[in-house]
Amino acid sequence: MTSSLSRRALIKGGAGSALIAGVGMPAIVHAQADAIRIGHLTPITGFLGPLGEYAVMGVKLAAEEINASGGVMGHKIELVMEDSVNPQTASAKAERLIERDKVAMIIGEISSASGLAIGQVANRLKTVFINTGCNSDALRGASCNPYMFHIEGANSMYVMAVGQYLLRENMVKGKKWYSLTADYAFGHDLLKVAKKFMEANGGQFAADELVPTDATDFSPYLLKIRQARPDLVVSNLAGNQITNFLKQYSEYGLAFPVAGFGFDTVVAWGAGKGNFSGIWPLVWHHLVDTPSSKKYVDAFQKKYGKLPDNQSWGDYNSLKIVAQSMNEIKSPDPQKLAEHLRKGAKFDVMKAREAYFRPYDNQMVMEMYAVRAKEPAKMKDQWDIYDALGTVPGPSEDLESIAPPKDGSCKIG
Amino acid sequence: MQLVFVTEQVLNGLLVGAYYLLIALGLSLIFALGGIVNLAHGGFYAIGAYLAVVLAPHIGFGGAFVVSPIVVGVLGIAVERLLFRRFYRSDPILSLLLTFGLAMVIEQGLRIVFGAAPLPFSIPPELRGQVFVGDFIYPRYRLVMLAVAVAAVTATWAIVYRTSFGRVVRAGVQNPDVVGALGISLAPYMTAIAALGVGLAGLAGVLLAPIAGVHPAMGAEILTAAFVVVVIGGLGSFWGVIAAAALVGVVRGVTIYVNPSWGEASMYMLMALVLLVRPRGLLGERILKFE
Repeated sequence: MTSSLSRRALIKGGAGSALIAGVGMPAIVHAQADAIRIGHLTPITGFLGPLGEYAVMGVKLAAEEINASGGVMGHKIELVMEDSVNPQTASAKAERLIERDKVAMIIGEISSASGLAIGQVANRLKTVFINTGCNSDALRGASCNPYMFHIEGANSMYVMAVGQYLLRENMVKGKKWYSLTADYAFGHDLLKVAKKFMEANGGQFAADELVPTDATDFSPYLLKIRQARPDLVVSNLAGNQITNFLKQYSEYGLAFPVAGFGFDTVVAWGAGKGNFSGIWPLVWHHLVDTPSSKKYVDAFQKKYGKLPDNQSWGDYNSLKIVAQSMNEIKSPDPQKLAEHLRKGAKFDVMKAREAYFRPYDNQMVMEMYAVRAKEPAKMKDQWDIYDALGTVPGPSEDLESIAPPKDGSCKIG
Repeated sequence: MQLVFVTEQVLNGLLVGAYYLLIALGLSLIFALGGIVNLAHGGFYAIGAYLAVVLAPHIGFGGAFVVSPIVVGVLGIAVERLLFRRFYRSDPILSLLLTFGLAMVIEQGLRIVFGAAPLPFSIPPELRGQVFVGDFIYPRYRLVMLAVAVAAVTATWAIVYRTSFGRVVRAGVQNPDVVGALGISLAPYMTAIAALGVGLAGLAGVLLAPIAGVHPAMGAEILTAAFVVVVIGGLGSFWGVIAAAALVGVVRGVTIYVNPSWGEASMYMLMALVLLVRPRGLLGERILKFE
């Protein structure tokens, strides 16, 4: 009885609102009959492909959940998904997504070089782009723009997250670091930030070396590390490089402690038993103990039969943030969306504290995490590879304390 | 002090040569004897590695080490019968396109079946550990790899240069028409060579799976290096590939000692140098149909 009443009321209300809207603005009624299209553009092939695959799983799950709970302003979300491949292709596809496919905004990317290209298109065509995987501080500095938002942590934030634990374990002051850095934009940017942190805290390099991204055999580097006898081996490597490095570091049986400033859970899952060691930073991991985090882990496992990683977190939450924002501002308009995000709207991103995009550089200000590799004997299964070390910044500290310094290089604020 | 470190890189480079030899040997064989530029070589290497990951939990690493190359070799027979065979006498560009497409099919196929993320795989516990010679360090697993590479090279050499089978194949490379006129059908010989070459790619895949990431693009990752080794060694030269693999290992190791960011570039510079002095490669032979 009651249910039938409420259903009728709903239908009447719906018909009424459609009538009113229909009289006033026919164009919008037509648009409302359609789904709201969201562009998803990220590398599915190439050396970042493993991460892109998780990005796709995350964003699809988010779309499914949003549509199941009524969509955005009553419209379904429709994902238009593309492989970004490289900066040139990424730029061309971003343009096509906006101009031909009429997407309301774009989510994705992992390579900092491609992210820069998409950001430029977004700025030119005044469409919001949320970057879910590019870490370079430069994207938040000299290359920033008002339409590019970053849910992914900046290199500075990753360095601060692991740095706190290195300080706590007395691995910086008076210690010699041996760093291996991926020889491209991301690595160079990360090395700069890591070096600044190390020098500010009284550490020094035994050596810092660049490793070409196509290197698969690390043995000559490992011999040099062994000769240098550093106090800490630091990885600024990327993607599949980390998997190869971890496997061969373990093969050569080197005993120096390892830490990394850039990391993805997927590449460590892929290393294999007994090969993973050290302290590493993450923007999110499946052990984060909050209600929304647990809910996400359960939903992801139910849909895909495996655990979610940090990359899927970024793309999932980006779409959730966009849906929530559009519902709040009652419009898919990109200008209004950008304004809303830049005004400091707060979002539950599965962390203890709510996060927000700061207007200075559109970086999401949020908690970061550090994890420590488990001893092989204590691992329950192939997914159980690390323990949570903790959250940075601590509960009493300002969230912005780990964000990139406001050095004036970004001019949008 | 310094000299000790350079010596260590040189010795390690020779060991790494086994790594390059394993990925290049099969490629060189099909290149030299079949005239096919097999861009799908990396794909077969990847299949070998994935087979190791799939089979090892059931039959152990030792079992996978035997079975995977055989399975990949059988796959090579099918590919030769259905595809390669049509291209021995046609423009090399066609077989290039064919194998390029095949490489993509294999990579995407692996991605569809296993996903893009790397699969976990480790050195079996009994092969872990390091051997110390004075201050020098050698992982036990790499020594095993070296032994297998030496065995594979010896066996391949014996088949090609010390059997009547090999004699027919070598005659076929120089002049297929005369071999045909003598009443010998080359077809089954070429099938066997393809099986051997592709099987060697599978063998490299199994052996490298414990120390390299097992992911769909792993074949593309090693393909260029494998080609560089074959080109430096010289087209059609069996011993050339071995010399080139050792040379690449040593040059790369010493370069990384001096300037690490030039590590991968060093093998291309070496190739350019070798081709400037010897356009056919270190020990390249003159083969009529490639001239």
